[in-house]
Amino acid sequence: MGRPPSPYATSIKYEERDLKVVGSNPTERSDAVEKVTGRARYAADYNLPGQLIGRVLRSPHAHARVISIETSAAEKLAGVKAVVTRDDFPDMAVEHAASGELMVNFRDVTRNVMAREKVFYDGHPVAAVAATSNFIAKQALKLIKVEYEVLPHVIDVVEAMQPDAPILHEDQFTKGIEPASDKPSNIALRMHSKLGDVEEGFKQADVIIEREFNTKPAHQGYIEPQASIAYYTDGGQAEVWTSTQGHFVFRAQIAKLLNMDISKIKVTAAELGGGFGGKNNVYLEPLAVVLSRKSSRPVKMVMTRDEVFRATGPTSGTNVKVKIGANKEGNITAAQAELNYQAGAFAGSSLPLAAITVFTRYDIENVHVTGHDVTSNRPKVAAYRAPGAPMIAFGVESVIDEIAEALEIDPIEIRLRNAAKEGTQTHFGPKLGPIGYIETLEAARAHPHLKEPLGPNQGRGIATGFWFTLGAETSSTLNINEDGTASLIFGTVDVTGGGRAAMGMIVAEELGIPFDKVRTMSGDTSALGFNFMTAGSRGTAAGTTAAVKATRDAIARLCEVAARKWEVEPDQVIWEDGHARPAGANVGDFEPMSIQDVVKQAVWFGGTIAGHAEINVASGGPGFGTHVVDVEVDPETGAVKVLRYTIIQDAGKALFPEFVKGQFHGGAVQGIGMALNEEYIYDSKGVMENPGFLDYRIPVASDVPNINTEIVEVPHPGNPYGVRGIGEVPIIPPLAAISNAIYDAVGIRLRDHPMSPPKVLKGIDEAAAKIAAE
Amino acid sequence: MALRLSAPVLSYSLAINGATHAVAAPTATTLLEVLRTHLLLTGTKRGCDQGVCGACTVLADGKPVRACLMLAAACPDREIVTVEGLSPDGALSDLQEAFVAEGAIQCGFCTPGMLLSIVSLLKEQPRATVTEIREAISGNLCRCSGYTKIVEAAGRLTGVVT
Repeated sequence: MGRPPSPYATSIKYEERDLKVVGSNPTERSDAVEKVTGRARYAADYNLPGQLIGRVLRSPHAHARVISIETSAAEKLAGVKAVVTRDDFPDMAVEHAASGELMVNFRDVTRNVMAREKVFYDGHPVAAVAATSNFIAKQALKLIKVEYEVLPHVIDVVEAMQPDAPILHEDQFTKGIEPASDKPSNIALRMHSKLGDVEEGFKQADVIIEREFNTKPAHQGYIEPQASIAYYTDGGQAEVWTSTQGHFVFRAQIAKLLNMDISKIKVTAAELGGGFGGKNNVYLEPLAVVLSRKSSRPVKMVMTRDEVFRATGPTSGTNVKVKIGANKEGNITAAQAELNYQAGAFAGSSLPLAAITVFTRYDIENVHVTGHDVTSNRPKVAAYRAPGAPMIAFGVESVIDEIAEALEIDPIEIRLRNAAKEGTQTHFGPKLGPIGYIETLEAARAHPHLKEPLGPNQGRGIATGFWFTLGAETSSTLNINEDGTASLIFGTVDVTGGGRAAMGMIVAEELGIPFDKVRTMSGDTSALGFNFMTAGSRGTAAGTTAAVKATRDAIARLCEVAARKWEVEPDQVIWEDGHARPAGANVGDFEPMSIQDVVKQAVWFGGTIAGHAEINVASGGPGFGTHVVDVEVDPETGAVKVLRYTIIQDAGKALFPEFVKGQFHGGAVQGIGMALNEEYIYDSKGVMENPGFLDYRIPVASDVPNINTEIVEVPHPGNPYGVRGIGEVPIIPPLAAISNAIYDAVGIRLRDHPMSPPKVLKGIDEAAAKIAAE
Repeated sequence: MALRLSAPVLSYSLAINGATHAVAAPTATTLLEVLRTHLLLTGTKRGCDQGVCGACTVLADGKPVRACLMLAAACPDREIVTVEGLSPDGALSDLQEAFVAEGAIQCGFCTPGMLLSIVSLLKEQPRATVTEIREAISGNLCRCSGYTKIVEAAGRLTGVVT
């Protein structure tokens, strides 16, 4: 996001064809065996000879001026080899860059990795040490004396927007307002997006529903804490192994923050223990490099779970107002939304993405969206799987449900009547191409789930979701090895384990060789040209475009070798079923050459065969999904149990169907956790009260049922296999679907997230009191 | 402030995956720390160090325990099994095979602990139902899979159709 579409972007046209490998479910995933035997290497599993252990001293205050930092006692402690503070990092000017789905500003990134003038949240780094043991490093942190001037703080997004709220950044003035303000504000940005005339649209409505929703921040909750190991050599070069969703982007950010040449840094993306957007940002990496530079030793840093919660980005807490009008026929005549999104300590929330997705499941003539990006004393937000979208879908899909009820129209039917389809004009610019939203709704209507009987205190809810697919810079190399096997080196971090297999299947399909003759492996930053992060569901979608380009490039080389051997023109040779063959009978009577035969000849007829892609992949196909959930509400405790859950989603083309289903399952269960339990809780001093998995409770196996899935396939015309990004859509509908199901079960509409037992109970009690009063 | 720069070191031996390992570590060292840092058995993962996430689950005398909560010095008389001990001859166990075949692995970080919890379950309740499987792994957090395919993989071995 954040960049206009390039006319030079690459898309390879979808062609329908018979498939031998793609669409099957390989059981020999190369990463799976290493993961079940414990041999897969995550960042914390790397060790270097002579390594030191680095640890971070963090702010205990939500908001304070840093008056002084005294490190001499720590430096003198035996075993301490380096101590770093703000003085070890150059200040940065305002400069924006894409870091996954969100934008970052280097002025702020340097302040986030190491506080300068102020600390902005509980957990904000103020110093770091490297010592010969973890024990000594922890002792050294206690010897660092930081003098703070504690300032008033603000956590909540609505409170932070008030004119008398404590101000985080005295030099932050709201952008996007006329006339410009000279009063500092926590509102970093006000934005608008408009289509048609909402006033006129609301006049045509027979029903208008306007509601306000609040959500709390939720953490990505990856099980692997961030870990990095860095080695800065005397020659001024740095090598880094880290847990990241984008090692090339991290390399660029380390270079920027430390004033180094990109060419002097090599970053290896270790096997990733979950990210979901939360590993799109540097935290430890620049600290580890600077500690290594100062100590001339490798430095290993691993976050504790407490640090992960307090200091890495959760998603935004939000305040959202939604107003939708519809006529008696159930056609939406106007839709309006105000989106107030927490950015955390520094500007730059997922607001621009939320603004794009808010109403994009519906074909609406009159739309007006406004939004505010708001700083507050919490860690800088990071992307979290469809960043910003679950919260806005919570509002919109709940209001649609209310409209359906008011008009006595079935909730799937009202969505079908207004469904976005090919040609729908979005309020933010582009018209939609071929999409499968209607197909998912129709499949939901026909699904046996809808026929399951519901008992007392049980209810059913429906909600839908939309997310786009990023393209962006993608580089891959396909090496055809001396024995005719193929090695694909890819640079989009495989965040799930399935992307590798999917890309391997594509190479096997294109080359016409068995899947087990293709190995796919992640290349470090020295192996390939630049790759953007795995964000915006692009890993497989963009990765396959690069894999196809590289493979077809290699095939052209294979054909060229055969042509030279046969003394014909290269275009007189075709590649089919793993063999070079004469393009027609008139070319000559040549025995087809297998891939093994061609590589043997390649030594003489041109040299090693490889194929390359160094491209900017065009944006991919939008993805849509419909979820149906049944819940049971315990009226005594307010606990909500998910009984049944069904996901229907358009994958464009499922390259590896069982793995696509696994993505659906995982996204939905994250959404269920967000809906029912997960929230950041702060005390009166702005200190996080639940920075651990005991008090920040993510779903466990006994909380959820088996998830039903159905894959719809409406191919995306701009991907050679029709692929759409699939990873993010499944987290979008659960909040709204569960809220709608709770209403169906016990007649209360919850608009404050999470829908935890105390809130449900309060809703039930209030409804009962209202009935009693009447 | 009083600072301690080193703690008394204890020497003992641990029986891990059928082999005996000599260990010399400060008294308060956890089993997880010994496994990962001293013996470089990094298959056992550190997810929270708070005894909640289950990523460090190993078997002690056949029972699943959190290696981050166990003091290594309390383990010399116990048989410890880690993920590295599940396929001693290099061939995957039936459970590991089922995880691979069912696609029960995404990022793989919870997988070692998950496997060991299920190994224990299969020994105690070879015909465990779906509900029993879900309860047995409820101390092992997985953020990727939504648990469906993990339950299916375990269900393959207990014979339940999911």
